[in-house]
Order: sequence, then structure tokens, then C-alpha cells
Amino acid sequence: MTVTYLVPLVLIGGLTSAGVYLLLERNLTRMLLGLLLVGNAVNLLILTVGGPSGNPPIRGRTSDGETATADPLAQGMILTAIVISMGIAAFVLALTYRSFRLSRAEEVVNDPEDARVSQLSEKSAAAIDEDPTTHDPSIDTEEPDELDALPGHEGSR
Amino acid sequence: MNVATVLTPLPVLIPTLAAAASLFAGRQPRLQRAIAVLALSAVVAVCAVLVYLADRDGTIALHVGGWGQTVPGASGATGETSGMGPLGITLVVDRLSSLMLLVSVIVLLAVVFYAIGQGIRDGDERQPVSIFLPTYLVLSAGVCTAFLAGDLFNLFVGFEVLLSASFVLLTIGASTDRVRAGIAYVMVSMVSSLIFLIGIALIYAATGTLNLAELAVRLDDVPSGTRSALFAVLMVAFGIKAAVFPLSTWLPDSYPTAPAPVTAVFAGLLTKVGVYAIIRAHSLLFPGGALDHVLMVAALVTMLVGIFGAMAQSDIKRLLSFTLVSHIGYLVFGISLGNELGMSGAIYYVAHHIVVQTTLFLVVGLIERQAGASTLQRLGGLAAASPLLAFVFIVPALNLGGIPPFSGFIGKVALLEAGTQDGSVLAWMLVAGSVITSLLTLYVMARVWSKAFWRARADAPEGALADASPSSLIDDSEEDIDFADRDDVGRMPVGMLIPTGALIAVGLALTVFAGPIFAFSERAAGEVLDRGQYISAVLTP
Repeated sequence: MTVTYLVPLVLIGGLTSAGVYLLLERNLTRMLLGLLLVGNAVNLLILTVGGPSGNPPIRGRTSDGETATADPLAQGMILTAIVISMGIAAFVLALTYRSFRLSRAEEVVNDPEDARVSQLSEKSAAAIDEDPTTHDPSIDTEEPDELDALPGHEGSR
Repeated sequence: MNVATVLTPLPVLIPTLAAAASLFAGRQPRLQRAIAVLALSAVVAVCAVLVYLADRDGTIALHVGGWGQTVPGASGATGETSGMGPLGITLVVDRLSSLMLLVSVIVLLAVVFYAIGQGIRDGDERQPVSIFLPTYLVLSAGVCTAFLAGDLFNLFVGFEVLLSASFVLLTIGASTDRVRAGIAYVMVSMVSSLIFLIGIALIYAATGTLNLAELAVRLDDVPSGTRSALFAVLMVAFGIKAAVFPLSTWLPDSYPTAPAPVTAVFAGLLTKVGVYAIIRAHSLLFPGGALDHVLMVAALVTMLVGIFGAMAQSDIKRLLSFTLVSHIGYLVFGISLGNELGMSGAIYYVAHHIVVQTTLFLVVGLIERQAGASTLQRLGGLAAASPLLAFVFIVPALNLGGIPPFSGFIGKVALLEAGTQDGSVLAWMLVAGSVITSLLTLYVMARVWSKAFWRARADAPEGALADASPSSLIDDSEEDIDFADRDDVGRMPVGMLIPTGALIAVGLALTVFAGPIFAFSERAAGEVLDRGQYISAVLTP
């Protein structure tokens, strides 16, 4: 009796840990496989918590020797979850292919803006925040030049 | 059959049907636009009536297909004393969900006008995008489903519907940047959905039901350790969606790359759906405040880390994404206090924040269109170039910063009062933290103002560079051109300006009608914390 409960639980644990391991990779295909493994583990979990097997949940139908009726709700939820994860898996595959087409790599890349902000030197950060002292309207001449297009220099012609 | 039962499913039904219809009308942009605008306008009207009805009559519960609570003995079984619980899908409208619905659909309607206005001016002819409006309507249906859901699994389905739609919207056009951001977003969202699903399975194992009202009754009998564990699983799942630190790092990475209207609606609504779920779980399913201290610490850290992140950014879209994270902390603060004033402050603040954050992202869309950049490294001289643009920026910016008499101030005062009323050390730390955050928000907004609007563009480090001509949804030009060579983009399109102005007006209306609205949110908070009305409305045969 204990074994019938233990086997699915061990399986759920194994699937989840393998799934999490794959999810932590940078390779997109492996991440997708990780998602699918965890998804299947969760489906199995819902099935397990739905209670023991039993008669089909249709009035008047019995299965051999069963006395209780199986829980139909757990199976309904699993079906919904399977459909959703299938749709998302298709979308992730499409994204992976697109990423491969664009960059010849299927790795998750860091956010370039994030990296830029974190590596901003004190000087370049100050350049945004402090007005440069080098700005001198007198460099603008009376002659038309490219500076005239910039706000702050308009009308100096 | 009364009016309320007819109206309740409509916020889900209308956008879903309209999405299908607009997909069929994919080759006729005008028809597609008309369908989207009509559908969302109809939903706004329905939601306004629902707010009135929920306020007048109390909680409305609708059992779809009539599979509600049965009378004892109806099933023919002998010795039955309590009847069978609700078997089908339950939709519930109370004051909180109706207010969230109304504010959300107003924002959705304004943004669809903005997107259409931008599309007409800059791009629909060049780059027709026939899937934008259908996907947007699916997103609306998902948001409404999540707010109306009366059971956990239906809430999950609502989340999945809005997430699937948001994946498509975020990666629209599939440029390098958007694919990179989209992958991270999809992965994080799916992990949070799986954690939510694990929570659903465990709760089902513990109680044998997923109906929120039935859960509220049955979870009281579950041992307190198990209860806390179940609550924690749900909090992690909702915390990722709501972007509560330390689960918030995905947000500033993924939101800024999307087109302006998409970012605006994501920033306004998607995190708030997570906050709504936190409110429901915290007050309906697991009252008693088992994790309140954890939530309070999370709120404090979210506020501070978010705003410190915002101070370091130079891109306005990223900067606003960080303030978004930071202000989620205020909402969690109000919820975690667990008193009525805190909850009503949080509810008022949600309404305020949805409107003002969306408005700011729409304004950034305008800045990007007019000035060819959204980063402070390049922007400058906007106040002189367009005083109108400066006006539509400064009003919501001051509102976000919490300057009196705007609604941000009123919401923050309510939260601060609730914090002092609680009186614990942690609550006082939160009060101090939220004042600091508020000041720093103002600093961040003033920085944007003084750089992008007051400084001459020639003084900006990269002021001479700009993006090429404006594009509505698909950004196909990744090269920089000289600002001087940029095509003249003309004045701001009226189609974009009017929705932005309308949302500013809604934000101001939250101040002007603060009395009635705050009274409403107090009644909503009382209803949420009381639980009795919700449970009896759903479980009465």
C-alpha cells in the first residue's frame, strides 16, 4: 500500500530536480526540456493528490471490484495544464528558432543595458547627470553649420 | 435572472468574442479597430454598472451553467446534511474585484486608442500588424478572468490566458532585443505558473476543493504549519507575477524593449493582477497573518531596492520599470499590515498606480516618437521643443512622486496612517522606508525632468544621435542616425495625445473625487477582511 503512494512521489521528486537542473542552463532547448519535465512532475502531483484509483466518474459504470469513484477533477485539471504547456512549448520553440536565426546561438544573453549601467564609469555616469562645462554657445558661429539642428543652439544663426 | 447575473460574465465574454471577430477581420484594419474599440467600450460600461451593483447589493456570485451549491438532500443520498459544494466555474464580483475591473478596462481602452492613433500615423501602412488587436483583446479577457475568478484553477487559467497573450505582445516583430527579453520573460513566467500549479495541487490535497469560498471555510481546519506552507507556495508564485523583491529582477529586463503601448499596459495591469491575487490569498484564504512579517520585510526591501535601481538608470523606460517595482512595495506594505485602513489604502493605491504608471509609459512613447530616444544620454531641450509634452509628463510624474494634492499623496498618507496605527517596530520602519522611497521617486522624476526637458540637447553626452523615424509596433531600425538627419516627425498625433490626456484626467479625478472613492475603497477593504459576505454569497444554494 505504501509503495503505491511512494513510487509516484519519488518520480515527482526526480522529475522536478532534473527539470530544475535543466532550467538553470543557458541553452534554450535544455531550458524548454526542463520546463516540460517540471510540468510533467506537477501533472503527476495533481494526479497523485486526486486520491486512489476507482470507478469511472460516470453514473452506473463500475470497474472491477472498485468501491469508490475516482476523482474526475484532478484529471480535468491535468488536461488543461497539458494543453497550456503544449501551446507554450510551441511558442518557446518558435522563439528559440528565431533567436538562432538572428544570432546563430540559442543561448540566453544578458541584458546589454543592464551590463552597461552596472559598468558605467564614474565619469560617464557624471556626464549624464552633470552638464559638461565644455559646452560653450560661443563655438556656434554665425555661419550655418551642423550645430544649428540641436536644441539650445537654434536661432543662433 | 437579474441584471447582475447577466452582466457578470460579459467582461470575459465580450473581449474573447471580439478577439475572434477581429482575427477574422485581419485584412480590414478599419473594421478590426472598430471591433476592438467597441468591445472595450462596452466592457467599460458593463464594469461601471458592476461597480454600482456590487456597492449597492454586496457580493455577486455567478455559478456558470448553474452548477452551484445544492440544497441538502437534493442528490438523493440519504443522511446528507450540507449539500454539494459548487461544482462548476464560479465568477464572483465584489467591491474590490469590480473596482479593479473598472480601472483596468479604462486603462485598456485608453491604450488601445493610443496604439491605434500611433498606428494610423506611423506605420500601419508600412508594417501592417494584424495580430496586435486580437492578441490585445485576449490579454483583456485574461485580465478580466483573473479578477472575476471564484476558484483557484480558474485564476490559474486567467493568468495563463493573459500570459500567453503577453508573450506574443512582448515579442511582436521579433527583433534581436525583443527575442532576448521575451525568452527571459517567458521562462520566468512559466516557472511562476508551475509554482502556482504546485500550490494548487497541494491545496487540493489538503482540502479537496479549489473554490475560494469553500477553501476559506475548509482551510480553517488545516493544521497551522501546513497552512503556512501552502500560503508560502502561493506567495512565491504571486510574488513573481507581482514583482516583489527578490522575485522582481525579471521585470526591468523584459518590459522596456516592448513597444510603448504594450509596455504601458503591462506595467499598469500585469503586476497588479499578481497583487490582486496576493490580496485574495492573504485575506480570504489565509487570514491570521501567518506570513505578515515576511511580507513586511519584502515590502520594505522592494521599495528601497526598486528606487535605488531607478536612480542608476539612464533609459527612461528602464527607470520607470524600476519605480514600478518600487511602488509594488507600497501595495504589499498595505496588505501586510492586515488592518482595514492599510487594506483600503492599498486598494486606493492600486487604482492610482495602475492609472499613473500607464500614463507615464504612454508619455515615454510620445517622447520616443518626438525626440528619437528614450535615454537621458541623448534627450534634452524637450520643454522648449514641446511645452505640451512637458505638461503631459510633469503631471503624472509629480503624481507618482506623491506631491499633494495628487492621488499618489492621498494613497501614501493612508498607508502611512495605517502603518502608525499598527505601531510595531517593523511598521515604523516601513513608514520611514516609504517616506524615503517617496522622496527618492520625486528625485528620480526631477532628474528626468531636468535632463530631458530643461537641459539643452547639445549638452547631452550623446545628444547628436537619435533613432531613425518613429515606428508604431515593429521597430525595424536598430541603427543610430544623426539627430540633424532625422526626418521631421511633425507634431504629436492627436490620436496619441488624447488617450494620454484622458488618463491624466482619470488620475486627477482620483484626487477630485478622492472622498467618495476612498469611502468606496474602505467599504471594499471591510468586505475583503470580513470574508463572511464572500463565503455566504458563493455557498448559498
